[in-house]
Amino acid sequence: MLNTTQIRQDFPILSEKVYGKPLVYLDNAATTQKPRCVVEKIVDGYYRRNANIHRGVHFLSQEATEAHEQARETVRTFINACSSNEIVFTRGTTEAINLVASSFGELCNAGDEVILTQMEHHSNIVPWQLLRSRRGIVLKVIPFDEKGELKLDELDKLISPKTKLIACTQVSNALGTINPVKQIIAKAHAQNIPVLIDGAQSVPHMKIDVQDLDADFFVFSGHKIYAPTGIGVLYGKETWLDKIPPYQGGGEMIEKVTFEKTTFNVLPFKFEAGTPDFIGSTALAEALNYVQKIGIEKIAAHEQELLQYATEQLKSIGNIRFVGQAAQKSGVISFLVGDIHPYDLGSILDKLGIAVRTGHHCAQPVMDAFGIEGTVRASFALYNTKEEVDIFIAGVERAKKMFRQ
Amino acid sequence: MTINEKQDEIIAEFEFLDDWLDKYQQIIDKGMSSKGIDPKYKTPEHLIEGCQSKVWMVAELKEGKVYYQAESNTDIAGGIAAMLVEVLSGHTPDEILNSELYFIDKIGLKEHLSPTRSNGMLAMMKQMKLYALAFKTQVE
Repeated sequence: MLNTTQIRQDFPILSEKVYGKPLVYLDNAATTQKPRCVVEKIVDGYYRRNANIHRGVHFLSQEATEAHEQARETVRTFINACSSNEIVFTRGTTEAINLVASSFGELCNAGDEVILTQMEHHSNIVPWQLLRSRRGIVLKVIPFDEKGELKLDELDKLISPKTKLIACTQVSNALGTINPVKQIIAKAHAQNIPVLIDGAQSVPHMKIDVQDLDADFFVFSGHKIYAPTGIGVLYGKETWLDKIPPYQGGGEMIEKVTFEKTTFNVLPFKFEAGTPDFIGSTALAEALNYVQKIGIEKIAAHEQELLQYATEQLKSIGNIRFVGQAAQKSGVISFLVGDIHPYDLGSILDKLGIAVRTGHHCAQPVMDAFGIEGTVRASFALYNTKEEVDIFIAGVERAKKMFRQ
Repeated sequence: MTINEKQDEIIAEFEFLDDWLDKYQQIIDKGMSSKGIDPKYKTPEHLIEGCQSKVWMVAELKEGKVYYQAESNTDIAGGIAAMLVEVLSGHTPDEILNSELYFIDKIGLKEHLSPTRSNGMLAMMKQMKLYALAFKTQVE
């Protein structure tokens, strides 16, 4: 069991009031709140260690470089990568996917195929569509069923000799479905096809071992795991990162530059053009250490408990439509109440101090599949409590009465 | 009733509602009891640009007076649209063009709505005045 009373003291924002009511923050799939230690790491970075890295001979620069590289090592350990050469810092999941779509895309030719799933976030759809415009690739989509579970037998039909890559989310942000990515990767590897896993919604909620998964690329964002915005990670197997060309050009990523020819730096620097966010990277490492200290298994168990409890409570209200009822779900509940528009329900909950997400959750194909415009989504993090779920349920009940459902 | 008398009436309805949820309830009720729009006008060309919720609006001129119909896919935006229709319908283009919609501020709508809803409301008001302007040129 998590000691949420103690944990909540680490997050100053959780004692804030909105409209005079205690904040109940259930929009964690969008972004998580930050513990004091992470914010202090940022402050400390700027107050005591701020100097550009990998360049200076001076003391501060060396300190900052060491902290940045130590952060890379922390990330490596957290996801159990083989080598820190395989950890590239990016601005987030979106940039990491764009990097792969761009650089891996250089290896693609017209007619080559990339397989996605129907439940991808727009950030794992649009970069591939851009690649389609540039290189004439073909996109294929693994559909999901009415519960929101991938129809894996379809994958066998979609794979062809032209398949270059499969890009798949581990956890759906709109449905909460946990996909059997290990199985997908095994299927793909049997045909020598590499796989990119979008871990934006999984990393904060379950143990990730990229070697056990055997993922070729694995991406995630810091801000969804209690770290600041603007820092994220691309993990890539060294063989792949060696094979694909650089993404952006600039300082840091070069070995030698002349006007005739430039040679590129070694991994992972080849993919980190310009001054990296060395303050963000250390804050990310701090967040990962924070999670590690509490224990990701304990966090997962706590969030599952909240998910079960909230689902049961919502069911008892009646006239609720759950969107996404996979057997394996992360702490996300997407739902509708009678005919109430999600935007209206979200507005009433907001006035009660309850923060939820409403709309299509950047996954319009998911909404289209269910024939709806959007849902209300409550998503849990390690600091949420049963008492908060009770407030949320009471809010939904109140809104239900207000809209006469 | 003049436009201002109608506005004062709405202000009076909201005056005794302290809690913002009660005010929301009032808006929702107005949305639910509104006549809405003739289904044949629920087409893309009658959608108001700039609303996050879908709001359809149409107006016609009868004996020199403008009559609006509006409907939304959300009850809160629908309630706001219903109030605007209630206030401005049945008046001449000139009355509408010269009107100042102060009830919005008085009942605290602007400050309590989310910025996207607030923008949507402004878009509705703009569209209503545009209809009035179009009819004015038609009359003249």
